[in-house]
Amino acid sequence: MKTRLFDTAVQQLKYKVIKELIKAYDKGLNNEIFHDIPIRIMPGPEASLRCCVYKERAILQERLKLAMGGNKDNPNVVEVIDIACDECPVDGIFVTPACRGCITHRCAEVCPKNAITIKDKHAVVDKEKCIECGKCTQACPYNALVLQKRPCVNSCKAGAITVNASKKAEINNDKCVGCGACVYQCPFGAVADKSYILDALDILKNSENNTKYKVYAIIAPAIVAQFNYARIEQVITGMGKLGFFQVIETALGADKTLDVEADELGERGTLTTSCCPAFVKYIETNFPDLAKYISSTPSPMVMAGRLIKAMDSTAKVVFVGPCTAKKFEFKSDKAKDFIDCVLSFEELQAFLDAREIDVSTLEDTALNNASYYGRIFARSGGIVEGVTELAAKRGFEAKPVAMSGLDECKKQLMLLRAGRSPFNFFEGMACDGGCVNGALCLHHGPKSLTDVNKYGEKAKEVSVENTVKLYDLVGAKVKDETVEAAAAKDKPKK
Amino acid sequence: MILSVCVGSSCHLKGSYDVIETFKRLIEKHGVADKIELRACFCLGRCSNGVAVKADASYVLDVNGANAEEKFVNEILPMVG
Repeated sequence: MKTRLFDTAVQQLKYKVIKELIKAYDKGLNNEIFHDIPIRIMPGPEASLRCCVYKERAILQERLKLAMGGNKDNPNVVEVIDIACDECPVDGIFVTPACRGCITHRCAEVCPKNAITIKDKHAVVDKEKCIECGKCTQACPYNALVLQKRPCVNSCKAGAITVNASKKAEINNDKCVGCGACVYQCPFGAVADKSYILDALDILKNSENNTKYKVYAIIAPAIVAQFNYARIEQVITGMGKLGFFQVIETALGADKTLDVEADELGERGTLTTSCCPAFVKYIETNFPDLAKYISSTPSPMVMAGRLIKAMDSTAKVVFVGPCTAKKFEFKSDKAKDFIDCVLSFEELQAFLDAREIDVSTLEDTALNNASYYGRIFARSGGIVEGVTELAAKRGFEAKPVAMSGLDECKKQLMLLRAGRSPFNFFEGMACDGGCVNGALCLHHGPKSLTDVNKYGEKAKEVSVENTVKLYDLVGAKVKDETVEAAAAKDKPKK
Repeated sequence: MILSVCVGSSCHLKGSYDVIETFKRLIEKHGVADKIELRACFCLGRCSNGVAVKADASYVLDVNGANAEEKFVNEILPMVG
């Protein structure tokens, strides 16, 4: 039985567009799709979401453009759909009719800027003085004051979203870390991620059923909390039916990342993790003075790609995960030779449904490559657990801290900058709780964390010992290169 | 000869790493390191006969930690003379 696939109706819309696009691809793409697909999704005549069905369809056309790769001139993986942006009010503190005109005026008392005065027995906020700290909203016993922030602006902990002169949301690409929080949080679906599904379809098609070259999917460990209507093993069978030669756990890459990163910590003394591309960009943008601490170790995605390409030099590798930021990471110099495309869980669901594959009816295919430690990379604290274990074995002390959500990262990084941090290893993930709560997960929730732990315990390998040997066996010599890169990084310091 | 041991999920669960370690040891023991290059690969398409091993073009199937030595001596060594 299929339960609800997605958390939100916005995800559902994006999914429908991608599903229709894949169906159209299978029949042969033409320009008619810009006319046909919106009508198929919004047949009308009544509008169900916006002012009229024509606007709904116009927005769907924009979604279709994003599904086809979006604006090629914009390097960001996240874009604002201008006509979908509902120009949410940005009034700051707003006094609601719940204001009783009381005589204590806690709101005014607590205001650090004296921005609140009482006129005609009602609180009035001076917008010039107000700094939107929100103290009054907490002080009022009637909850009569509310802080109105746009959900997109509120969700963006990197401070990359502003409101432009025409009241539309605007993303500052220099500040944007690509975490995708705004994509998940905008209630109108006006911020959306680009899709590389057409590239994936081409890669699969041109492989001619894996005869020209083989197409490997590497799946992020966060998958364990997804596709709740089926077993992961059934999803793997379904991916085989989509044309992937083999599905490998990205967590196998995580095992090697952990192995190399632990050594790097031992050598360099202080380290911030490199597996979350949004966290890495956050440091580079907001704490450039701390960038020297960013680990040179390739991310699990890149590691897994390296392993596969060392075994099979003509292989194509498609990463499937919960992440918007991976959509730019795979194009970086570090990744581009090892990863050919990135898809999201949402896109995988659309792909399966477009090909009418109901994974819940399929037999199982085993998925067991990585160790316990690689698998728990999916949640905050996973790398900390692994690095603590490896450091103890290798005879040095790790003082690790797990940070998830950019606010928490910021707090710890400020302590590090001030020289007041008791830690030497900083595990950073942009999403609250880690990848398992990634922006492009089908669904999000606290249950996901227990799912990851259970999944970790099901791994055949209890430590990274066996899995890391694999890299040496196939000649994927990652360690030497990483140490060299780290040495090069440390040089300017001396 | 290239000797590839499958490390895909299905074979891994049946003990690929035990097979690899045994082969490593035997290659050394029989002094054939210059003749046999041990490799790993994902999926040889023989998932139900795991652990699957490919010796150049021919398959050696149903290998496991317990019979790896026997298979190596009887089936693989003769191939390299």
